Amino acid sequence: MVLQVNGQRVSLSLEPRTSLLDALREYAGLTGTKKGCDRGSCGACTVHIDGRRVVSCLTLAARAQGKAVTTIEGLASGDDLHPMQAAFLHHDAYQCGYCTPGQIMSAVALVQEGHAGSDAEIRENMSGNICRCGAYANIVGAIRDAAGRA
Amino acid sequence: MYDFAFQTPASVSDAVKMLADDTEAKLLAGGQTFIPVLKQRLNKPSVIVDLNGLGLSGITSAPDKITIGGMTTHNAIMSNPDIQKRIPGLAKMASWIGDTQVRHRGTMGGSLANNDPSACYPTAVLAIGATIVTDQRRIPADEYFQGMFTTALAPEEIVTAIEFPIPEKSNYEKFRNPASRYAMVGVFVAKGPAGIRVAITGAAQDGVFRHTAMEQALATNWSADAIKGIVTPADGLNSDIHASAEYRAHLIGVMTRRAVAGA
Ligand SMILES: Cc1cc2nc3c(=O)[nH]c(=O)nc-3n(C[C@H](O)[C@H](O)[C@H](O)COP(=O)(O)OP(=O)(O)OC[C@H]3O[C@@H](n4cnc5c(N)ncnc54)[C@H](O)[C@@H]3O)c2cc1C
Ligand code: FES
Ligand code: FES
Repeated sequence: MVLQVNGQRVSLSLEPRTSLLDALREYAGLTGTKKGCDRGSCGACTVHIDGRRVVSCLTLAARAQGKAVTTIEGLASGDDLHPMQAAFLHHDAYQCGYCTPGQIMSAVALVQEGHAGSDAEIRENMSGNICRCGAYANIVGAIRDAAGRA
Repeated sequence: MYDFAFQTPASVSDAVKMLADDTEAKLLAGGQTFIPVLKQRLNKPSVIVDLNGLGLSGITSAPDKITIGGMTTHNAIMSNPDIQKRIPGLAKMASWIGDTQVRHRGTMGGSLANNDPSACYPTAVLAIGATIVTDQRRIPADEYFQGMFTTALAPEEIVTAIEFPIPEKSNYEKFRNPASRYAMVGVFVAKGPAGIRVAITGAAQDGVFRHTAMEQALATNWSADAIKGIVTPADGLNSDIHASAEYRAHLIGVMTRRAVAGA
């Protein structure tokens, strides 16, 4: 099947049961997207499909054909970080960093959805992304900051 | 996950034929329930029939009803202005399902076909008296839900739409499990064409049920005070690590009063 990932055509030979997450990590060599629970609960595998955030572990790769997939690797342009990536760095919005790619993909979409109005709104709309290290306070700070500058 | 073949039918009748031809074939909607089930190897379909792209998603508003296509996502339901205005309890319900990622893919038809005992939509369908429309027939809400993970649907039947009459009042209150966000108890109250109804999810082993004592009290006096003294028996309610049956029975009273007060 042919996937469109970060603006590039990727041609892969996959079993129909392959999740988009496994297709990205194991076959397309894009290991930025993380596997936490593999069952839709943690958000570590969040990517965008046609601009909307979804969990790639509960999406079959076959269902992503003909759609634009964006992963954490597709946010920066060259060495210029996306404002959300820069804000996460600036606010130290992680500890181990495992949940971070999913948090950032979710946060970018949240701002586009217009849900960064207050800290309470940010928290509610980030509920699909769990951080085992508990970096939530700084994650909210980074999103508030990036939304203000966007 | 066991391997399977992936089929993209060209029409609903095509999909029905694929199901009829192979009893091991299964439908895929948003995959937010079914893919976890497949990953746990609880189901071994030979063929997955994709319901996407068959024109089954969309919302239409008519004077006496709102029709929601089976493949309409939770996100589309919560953001639809007609639903927000005419059935606010339903819009609120959709906005509380899982998280944004789940709401972008999960569908109403998938949730109703699955009939999880803690799913949210069954309460709205039962309390408002909606009709489940399939490729073969129209099923009234009262006949549709038949216990945990069981519905009136035949194996090769496809939910194409759900028709909601317009209630005068509707509201949903949900005590969310803080981690999964599923309903520990969810209560939908409606005053409408089907009368005054109170439907409960997340509490009973058999899934959604109507709370007739609450309904009778509300029929004489639609107010939170009218149901203050009603005690829900804990027999037959779920006990698990999240809450005991007694706690759920108590939550039913609190959530119902909040739902009525906010309707
Ligand atoms: C993290 C998480 C949190 C969640 N929280 C909630 C919550 O708070 N409340 C809640 O109600 N739900 C919750 N859900 C479940 C979610 O709403 C699912 O989207 C829904 O239960 C199933 O819909 P789906 O479109 O994903 O269906 P699928 O998973 O694709 O399908 C489910 C089943 O229905 C069958 N099916 C699908 N569509 C049809 C159709 N049109 N006709 C006939 N059969 C069909 C399939 O064959 C399958 O057996 C949650 C899910 C996750 C992953
Ligand atoms: S890995 Fe997909 S949600 Fe946890
Ligand atoms: S930074 Fe470790 S899980 Fe979030």
